[in-house]
Amino acid sequence: MKRSEGTGELREVVSVQHVWAGYGGRPVLEDVNLSIKELDFIGLIGPNGGGKTTLLRVLLGLLRPTRGSVRIMGMGVKDGRRFIGYVPQSVNLDQEFPISVWQVAQMGRLEGRGLLRRYTGEDDDAVAGALRSVEMLDLRDRPIGELSDGQRQRAYFARALAKQPQILLLDEPLASVDPGVSAEVYELLHELNRSITVLMISHDMNAVSSYVKTVGCLNRRLFYHGEKEITPEMARQAYACPIDLIAHGVPHRVFPDHDRGR
Amino acid sequence: MIEALQFDFMRNALMAGVLTSIACGIVGSFVVVNRIVFLGGGIAHAAYGGIGMGYFFGFNPLLGAVAFSLASALGMGVVRRRTRERADTIIGVLWAIGMAVGIILVDLTEGYKADLMSYLFGSILAVPRGDLMTILVLDVVIVLLVTLFYKELLAISFDETFAAVNNVPVDAIYLLLVSMIALTVVMMMRVVGLIMVIALLTMPAAISGQWVKDMKRMMVLASVLGMLFTSAGLWLSYSLNLTSGATIILVGGVIYLVSTAAKSVALRARANRQS
Repeated sequence: MKRSEGTGELREVVSVQHVWAGYGGRPVLEDVNLSIKELDFIGLIGPNGGGKTTLLRVLLGLLRPTRGSVRIMGMGVKDGRRFIGYVPQSVNLDQEFPISVWQVAQMGRLEGRGLLRRYTGEDDDAVAGALRSVEMLDLRDRPIGELSDGQRQRAYFARALAKQPQILLLDEPLASVDPGVSAEVYELLHELNRSITVLMISHDMNAVSSYVKTVGCLNRRLFYHGEKEITPEMARQAYACPIDLIAHGVPHRVFPDHDRGR
Repeated sequence: MIEALQFDFMRNALMAGVLTSIACGIVGSFVVVNRIVFLGGGIAHAAYGGIGMGYFFGFNPLLGAVAFSLASALGMGVVRRRTRERADTIIGVLWAIGMAVGIILVDLTEGYKADLMSYLFGSILAVPRGDLMTILVLDVVIVLLVTLFYKELLAISFDETFAAVNNVPVDAIYLLLVSMIALTVVMMMRVVGLIMVIALLTMPAAISGQWVKDMKRMMVLASVLGMLFTSAGLWLSYSLNLTSGATIILVGGVIYLVSTAAKSVALRARANRQS
């Protein structure tokens, strides 16, 4: 892992500046600014329809912003995204698809092996390493349809990790797993965060705060100050309705109802 | 069966069934896992428009069918990639228009022409030797393309978004897949008819997918199943004196239903064991 050394300054791995994006002329993201430093662990929360998925699509180069600029590792998105490992919501994938854990993880190596090039021993090593790090190597030949939700989620993590990314991008990693499994997933993320920057979006930040380093609220605009707490002010701006939040170290504190609107 | 084999046409028909099953098993597996059976049907029927044009303007109907189905396949493919939600409507419209254009142009053409039924159900008992070579070549081309682009085809079929993010040329690979479907449909259509192409694309692959959880094995099993259906169907149609195409389809259909029932019983048994 390359890291800026000596100065103590952490590199900026993602830079989003004044980004507007949306569909059919209707903006979903308005003037979003975000700077992610190396080895950060950011949780972005926000209501459904608040633009979380849109921001992810912009970062992955699947949606071109109408205004503003996005840089990943100092490059444009199409080049920079090769440093991103992406873990989608597993509910969106076909669980009946005839594919094994190993073959799923192998897809993390697609980037490095262009058309007409076969996977190499180097790829196999990376895939095996990724599966080992999520404790799925023993299940390598299992079809994904025969896994539990938690195991399947791990297989998708392995796919992202097989790419040996600098940044992990997670879309609602807990959407389909039960609470027992989510603690397991967070332990894993915590472990991975030692060497990888993590950006996670979620509509529910309840269990997250003990692991994330900084947190932001996204509702068309992004409220992010590079800190761990969600201030009542941020929550008020981002949410039009009451939400469950954890303040610093205090689990399950619920904010009082706010007025609708800003 | 042994006595039937002394006829040239029967040997050719069996051979046609075996060769057709290879391409249909491979391409059909991708059609089934991508859930684009309807797109396959659309391509197949739109191709009939090309046949009508061939007759009307006096060029080889097969050429018309190839051109029409490739064009409609690419059209449907692009539409499906751009606007996912309305794709089925557009496929349905192209399906119907292609068919209607074909029928009217064939009507308007003077002189001898093959009737609609022979395109729908084909005439596997009247396959000339030359056509067997054509199918063999198509088999080779499809095996080659799938081998060369296997990891990309698998990637876009399983998770298109992940493939795109990892700089796989998703559009190009998708259009390659749709073109392979179109080519298979048209080549096979001459031999076994439209309906049987759809049947051989979907039924063997669907059954195979119920029991095998690996894409490569699924393709192989689907091809073998296709061969079994065509051979068994031909034998049944010979001994019971039934229409061969329809008999083959019914053999596959019955086995599909049996397999689906057996699969649900197997799943329930497994669930019981686990609880």
